[in-house]
Amino acid sequence: MMNRRNALKSAIFATMAVPALIQKASAEEAFTPVAEKVDLSKFKRKKIELVKPPFVHEHDQVAKGAPSVVEFEMTIVEKEMEIDDEGTMLQAMTFDGSVPGPLMVVHECDYVELTLINPESNSMPHNIDFHAATGGLGGGALTLVNPGELTVLRFKATRPGTFVYHCAPGGPMIPWHVVSGMSGAIMILPRDGLKDPEGKSVKYDTVFYIGENDLYIPKDEDGEYKRYESPGDSYSDTVEVMNGLIPSHVVFNGKVGALTGDNALKSKVGETVLFIHSQANRDTRPHLIGGHGDLVWETGKFNNPPERDLETWFIRGGSAGAALYRFRQPGVYAYVNHNLIEAVNLGATAHVVVEGEWNNDLMEQVKAPIAFGQSYLGKKALP
Amino acid sequence: MKISYLFFVIGIIFIGVTTKVAFESNLDVLKLDSLEMVLVPGGSFMYRQSGEYLKDDFPIDAPLTKVKFDKSLEIMKYQVSVGDYEKCVSDGKCEPRKWQGKQDEKLPATGISFNNALSYAQWLTKNSDYVWRLPTDQEWSYVAGSKYVDDALKSDKVNLSISDRWLEKYQKYAEFNFSPVGKVSIRGFFGANENGIYDLSGNIWEWTSDCYNRTRLNASGIELNTTNNCGVRISAGSHRAYISSFIQDARGGGCSVGAPPSYLGFRLIKDGKRDVISRFLDLTRL
Repeated sequence: MMNRRNALKSAIFATMAVPALIQKASAEEAFTPVAEKVDLSKFKRKKIELVKPPFVHEHDQVAKGAPSVVEFEMTIVEKEMEIDDEGTMLQAMTFDGSVPGPLMVVHECDYVELTLINPESNSMPHNIDFHAATGGLGGGALTLVNPGELTVLRFKATRPGTFVYHCAPGGPMIPWHVVSGMSGAIMILPRDGLKDPEGKSVKYDTVFYIGENDLYIPKDEDGEYKRYESPGDSYSDTVEVMNGLIPSHVVFNGKVGALTGDNALKSKVGETVLFIHSQANRDTRPHLIGGHGDLVWETGKFNNPPERDLETWFIRGGSAGAALYRFRQPGVYAYVNHNLIEAVNLGATAHVVVEGEWNNDLMEQVKAPIAFGQSYLGKKALP
Repeated sequence: MKISYLFFVIGIIFIGVTTKVAFESNLDVLKLDSLEMVLVPGGSFMYRQSGEYLKDDFPIDAPLTKVKFDKSLEIMKYQVSVGDYEKCVSDGKCEPRKWQGKQDEKLPATGISFNNALSYAQWLTKNSDYVWRLPTDQEWSYVAGSKYVDDALKSDKVNLSISDRWLEKYQKYAEFNFSPVGKVSIRGFFGANENGIYDLSGNIWEWTSDCYNRTRLNASGIELNTTNNCGVRISAGSHRAYISSFIQDARGGGCSVGAPPSYLGFRLIKDGKRDVISRFLDLTRL
């Protein structure tokens, strides 16, 4: 029997077939290249439980011992998600149930071995393209899985840095899956950890992973955001908005306000935080209001020396960067995309609540706001 | 002589006719649906003064004072509806709302600035036998009763530093902002308070006529001076919001740290009967 979901599945395949013909490099069909086997039997294996962003699974900053095979597992989840606190809904597609997908951390020369699961309950084929991986469309060509299938991909982490991963199932499905939430990041640390420009080791106390998403929610003729029954139902309207290139929402961690108020990030004076910022589709420019980037790997690649003392750093669409900062003053910091329209009106704002002792040497309110009149002005003017 | 006498008579007749017209309230014609009123008897309550207080240059909680109302207050049972506000718009006396999309006429009107609310009150007054106005922050807090939230920090810590206070306030505002979210809901959605007034401290903040003020006290608590800024007004709800009078939509996450109101709307107080002179002036202005 052709139920509703099956009907949708075949409809999606039908729309995919056309662009696959046009774009030769599309990942329309999964393939398994035949080549000499690699013997990894001597490598140690470890299994990592992924953690929902903005947090990151436990990891060593300096690698202990020889390279290993690091196993991860991610389940693709298609689900409706609220993207603000006004009930605006997105037919989201996610890696492991979150927007963005979880941050993975390994070391240079480790092997990343990912089990990618597409459950029967989903309606579409998906895959994964790691910008950190070499060949095979970043893995996209080897990982296309239909609902009810799983696949295992292994790639060698040859370049240290922060890299985007995203779904890329071919043709117009690629941007659509990405702006529906299917992106995340991997950090490949140098085996001996991070270094400042002089080559001195640097450590962090915490990692905050900020995944930024530009979302394109269609509106009805009355100006209300539309809600759809399934991702497929939302497709044609969404593409129309996408092609205008003006997002309706720009969010951190999948939702306006996902990292503010009760969900604000927390730190302490003296603590060093590594902010990893990824944007799989569109340029952005993180800025920490009231703070700086002590050391910034703007392009995210650790073989290049970091820059010091940055006010704002540029994250190219389709990349992830890293900024290290030690908090020196307590208070509330706003971490924003410093296109302030996107930060304030479209949602790209996070807060960091920092506890500690106020330092009057760094800043002091010398005079609290005071009413002034002629007498005050007169005093200033006279010797 | 005769001519001036004639003018006098014509003048008297004119006044007579116009006041007669003015006495006939337009409210029946307008068929507004936000005119159901609640009468709250006079009484007293503990009121947290609005605005910011600095003691010896440090921010402190505003003083708590006993406020007494001798007379009863008559206030709208529900917030002014979309349909009612739109009637003022089509009459050319109120500014159209922006970004609200097409809404059911019975929904509470949102996307309303202080200036918009003021125009509506003037329009309603003009069409009625009574004076309609925004409540003061004190009046709103009084009739809100159990729905009135004391927004003082009431910190246990002594000698709070600037950042301590800032952090505590952020935490408190994060809690405030926890529940009142979601779409604009049908009237009555947030229930009534003990006075029978609906939807107070829900997800729509309500304009009051109060200006923002900052009061300075010396170390022993003696008031030095106050700055008033009437470009910023108080919008009342689950916490006080100080918002520029022309702002129709104060959402927008919060780059600046604090909890912005979800929506801006209003309800009005029905004051005493209008006097003949004010009606006459209205008519001559037409």
